[in-house]
Amino acid sequence: MTSKKNNPCADGTCRVPTSQRPQTISTDANNGDIGALVTVVIDDQEVKVPMGTTILEAARSIGVKIPTLCYHEDLCIAGVCRICLVEVEGQRTLQASCAYPITQPITVKTHTAKVRQARRHILDLMLSEHYGECYACFRNNNCELQSLAKEYGVDYFRFGHPEKSRHKIDRSSYSVVRDMDKCIQCRRCVRTCIDLQEVGVLEALGRGDKTEIATYLDKPLGDVVCINCGQCINRCPTGALRANDPTDEVWAAIDDPTKHVVMQTAPSPRAGICEEFGMEAGTPMTWEMNTALRRCGFDKVFDTNFTADLTIIEEGTELIIRLYKTLVEGDTSMPLPQFTSCSPGWVKYIEHFYPERLGHVSSAKSPQQMFGAMIKTWYAQINNIDPADIVSVALMPCSAKKFECNRPEMCDSGYKDIDYGLTTRELAQMIREAGIHLPDMPKSDFDDPFGTATGSGVIFGATGGVMEAALRTVIELITGKKVEDFYEHADIIPVRGFEGCRYVELQIPEEVGPVPDLIKHLVPNWDWVKGATLKVGVAHGTANAKKVMEDIKAGGKFSECHFIEFMACPGGCLGGGGQPIPTTPEIRAARARAIYAEDAAYGKAGKPRKSHENPAVLRVYEEFLKEGPCGHLSHKLLHTSYTPRGKFIG
Amino acid sequence: MSTMNDTMLATIEADAGLKAALQQSRIDVIGIIRDSGMKGRGGAGFPTGVKWNLAAGVHSDKKYVVCNADEGEPGTFKDRVIMSDWPDLVFEGMTIAAYAIGADEGIVYLRGEYTYLVKQLEECLQKRRDNGLLGHSIQGKEGFNFDIHIHMGSGAYVCGEETALIESLEGQRGEPRNRPPFPVNTGFKGRPTIVNNVETFAWASAILSKGADWFKSFGTDKSTGLKLFSVSGDVARPGVYEFPMGITISELLNQVGGEGAKAVQIGGASGHCVPASQFGRTIAYEDIATGGSIIVFGPERDMLDVVENFLEFFQDESCGQCTPCRIGNTKLLDGVRMLKRGECSMKYLRELVKLGQTMQIAAKCGLGQSSPNAFLSIVENFQNEIMGRIPASA
Ligand SMILES: Cc1cc2nc3c(=O)[nH]c(=O)nc-3n(C[C@H](O)[C@H](O)[C@H](O)COP(=O)(O)O)c2cc1C
Ligand code: SF4
Ligand code: SF4
Ligand code: SF4
Ligand code: SF4
Ligand code: FES
Repeated sequence: MTSKKNNPCADGTCRVPTSQRPQTISTDANNGDIGALVTVVIDDQEVKVPMGTTILEAARSIGVKIPTLCYHEDLCIAGVCRICLVEVEGQRTLQASCAYPITQPITVKTHTAKVRQARRHILDLMLSEHYGECYACFRNNNCELQSLAKEYGVDYFRFGHPEKSRHKIDRSSYSVVRDMDKCIQCRRCVRTCIDLQEVGVLEALGRGDKTEIATYLDKPLGDVVCINCGQCINRCPTGALRANDPTDEVWAAIDDPTKHVVMQTAPSPRAGICEEFGMEAGTPMTWEMNTALRRCGFDKVFDTNFTADLTIIEEGTELIIRLYKTLVEGDTSMPLPQFTSCSPGWVKYIEHFYPERLGHVSSAKSPQQMFGAMIKTWYAQINNIDPADIVSVALMPCSAKKFECNRPEMCDSGYKDIDYGLTTRELAQMIREAGIHLPDMPKSDFDDPFGTATGSGVIFGATGGVMEAALRTVIELITGKKVEDFYEHADIIPVRGFEGCRYVELQIPEEVGPVPDLIKHLVPNWDWVKGATLKVGVAHGTANAKKVMEDIKAGGKFSECHFIEFMACPGGCLGGGGQPIPTTPEIRAARARAIYAEDAAYGKAGKPRKSHENPAVLRVYEEFLKEGPCGHLSHKLLHTSYTPRGKFIG
Repeated sequence: MSTMNDTMLATIEADAGLKAALQQSRIDVIGIIRDSGMKGRGGAGFPTGVKWNLAAGVHSDKKYVVCNADEGEPGTFKDRVIMSDWPDLVFEGMTIAAYAIGADEGIVYLRGEYTYLVKQLEECLQKRRDNGLLGHSIQGKEGFNFDIHIHMGSGAYVCGEETALIESLEGQRGEPRNRPPFPVNTGFKGRPTIVNNVETFAWASAILSKGADWFKSFGTDKSTGLKLFSVSGDVARPGVYEFPMGITISELLNQVGGEGAKAVQIGGASGHCVPASQFGRTIAYEDIATGGSIIVFGPERDMLDVVENFLEFFQDESCGQCTPCRIGNTKLLDGVRMLKRGECSMKYLRELVKLGQTMQIAAKCGLGQSSPNAFLSIVENFQNEIMGRIPASA
């Protein structure tokens, strides 16, 4: 029984072991109905809660703080760390408040002598196995174990403290570093991977004191089916999991006067980085960050939204080609629905789990990689810079981007298209190291020639954003009218929101416009789409992606879609594995608000909000990619191919 | 080892209990079990009638009866004797339980080491099917369908814990679940499930056959009936015995040839270690409870060796899920080894005792809650032996 609506455990689809799931409580044995109110007394305060509410939830609702470690709002209940113990009157043993559903009136005490002693012991036990020095740890000052040690007044290591490392750090993955010396075995990562993401590369191995959190067969993380989403990092309470951090290399490039170091920033970090500077979630820092980046020493600061717009043109064109081929020419070589390709976690997921469906994935590169290719070609050319001297850095909310930029195929410019992927957390670290307090920075704009982006690029950061951006463009290209004629403020509300899998139908009007010049060579007219129903889908979090993929396999409604947006991370990029820690549904919602506000601001300022109106994008097609979208050069630079990997590893 | 022919359990008439049960309503059957006062024979001592009644009260399209034959507690082998000598009595008890709670599927979770019993048990089950004691409309009782199958255990001690057992049945790692809810409510495959010990089912058959009063004529008010004990250690006649509940330790020692013992470990590794000075105490739920394991220690034994052994067992057998048990047992074990080396200060010993007390109330399941028992009772009861090991400077 759970009251969490978003929690996958609630609808019984999760794969977490039953022991780590909230169990259903039948009504009969408890003389009452689920949802009926029960009165609980917690630390002498009376509160009425719906039956099935946990003691922890009830306590929080009246401002009583109970410490937690294995509990996480996004995950199933484990009840393993035992730090949240409380005394329930009449029970011999203490009860884990996170895992105790209230079904009858009870009296709870949350900080009796017994409880305090037990919590101290539990912390002391954890610390007796915890090898790590806070000042040499990226979670210093943002670590749940450290904070609890302080809150509970740990002043010495009652049961000792390890003096030697016992685990080798696993650095095999381009994205995630595992330092099991710091692991407290709360299993949040295990539940994240198996239940939230349905990937399942992490598990508890062994028994008793030999229990460890390990990968499948204890292989290096780089060798298993990890999709690099980094969701486990965001939910780890300690420094045991972190992203592969290239800040030293980036500093070195900045310090090297022969290097031209350019930075592109994605929309989600701009909506999230405020949290690293102690500000309320959802405070956008786009313009302040531009200044901070220049002060850090980056030579140019670009907006990834430029290539987000380019992606929409390329991917949208590809969609039109697919639709035309399949529906008009009867050529099935490019299957429908088309899947988006901008989330590298999703791309690796489908490579592992549905390799037979790779033909559906748009060949368009992600905005990050398109940008990399453009910088070391066109940008280098028009500015007379030797591409060999350019160091291209990408600020991303994502840990999978680190893997993506290291894919061997991502060198179409003749160089490594993107040299380093930085996460929001890592950039915040660099900014702090430069002595800069981000919120105090004056505002400044992005650099040319990519300067101007559109609101459509911005909303890429939220689940449904790529779809909305694509629809804004597709609708206008086909109808020759403004999206605003169909949707107020061009906000295509049906594809927004946080629901895991969304299916939306849009009616194409009987009246269509002329085919725009940009794609005239690809389709003769729009007659074939007149009055058609465009069916699109959106899924975020690979668990939801899996649902959609299974639906397609079974011939369900998603198999009839024309276009589906997939994002590996819950909430889309704004919930990415490189974003500030912690993450909760509330924090993700606040970041989404910041992103949609930035999009709306483009509209208010009279700036373009649709990708095909981006003047820099149009310039690129005029001056550089002269054969137009999906033309020869854009295929070489802006498109890619995928590797069927399969689930089985040797 | 005793062959157990001279026990009450051996005199119970086959299937008389089941036939008697089917003459009565489900509620009455549960009533008889409740009146008998029988508490679970697996160790935790939960009243069997109450457990059945809870499961009976839940509406569900499907319910399960599970026989816990995992018998992993060191020094316990009485369930093996029952399964090999009187399997019918166990299957009969499961059938009675199924009737009482409204279940149609029974599962025996059999300890991996007992695989050699499977053939015999399967034959017994087939015979019962052939004789209309399992299957459809058992004994002509319209609508009462029930069958039993055997599931081999996974070899971990913790799988004897009922919720870990259910996890294991479901094909997961054997890890105890959060409770509440309890299995009577949400058990195997989320359905109401009763898990009872082998011996509990055997006595249930006996009670239905001979009546609650007969059962109550043995034992004490709070601990009714007879019980089987596995006796091992420094005794002349180790084996399985049947004694009434409430027997004193010294009486028991006399019967098994354990006179002169220094200490008795009651309840296996997770039980309590009782010194000779307390041999007048009784084996009963109101005094010292046990699932049946009695380990006797002669005068030559070093109690620190004893507790070291137990703690090594728990260090390995903890499922590793929760902090107090996974790390706590290791700390206690390290402490005992420090004591043996003369390196444990009085202050640290006190800290370990407090840790043991925390584990008793903070661990997630019975394993971690009872694993410090031996340590705590030895520190309490064998102070002379322990204090001698504390370095003078500390
Ligand atoms: C670690 C642990 C191991 C257990 N092992 C067994 C076992 O091997 N056999 C058993 O009958 N009960 C065992 N139990 C007790 C069961 O959890 C459960 O209480 C019992 O099967 C209920 O049956 P009863 O009420 O008939 O005793 C164990 C409990 C714990 C905590
Ligand atoms: S994980 Fe936390 S407690 Fe451990 S070293 Fe890092 S900051 Fe300190
Ligand atoms: S990065 Fe994602 S896929 Fe990889 S282990 Fe973490 S949660 Fe699992
Ligand atoms: S790696 Fe982190 S999240 Fe995973 S079990 Fe260890 S401490 Fe918990
Ligand atoms: S007490 Fe021990 S056996 Fe029980 S859940 Fe905790 S770790 Fe597992
Ligand atoms: S937070 Fe409740 S047991 Fe870990």
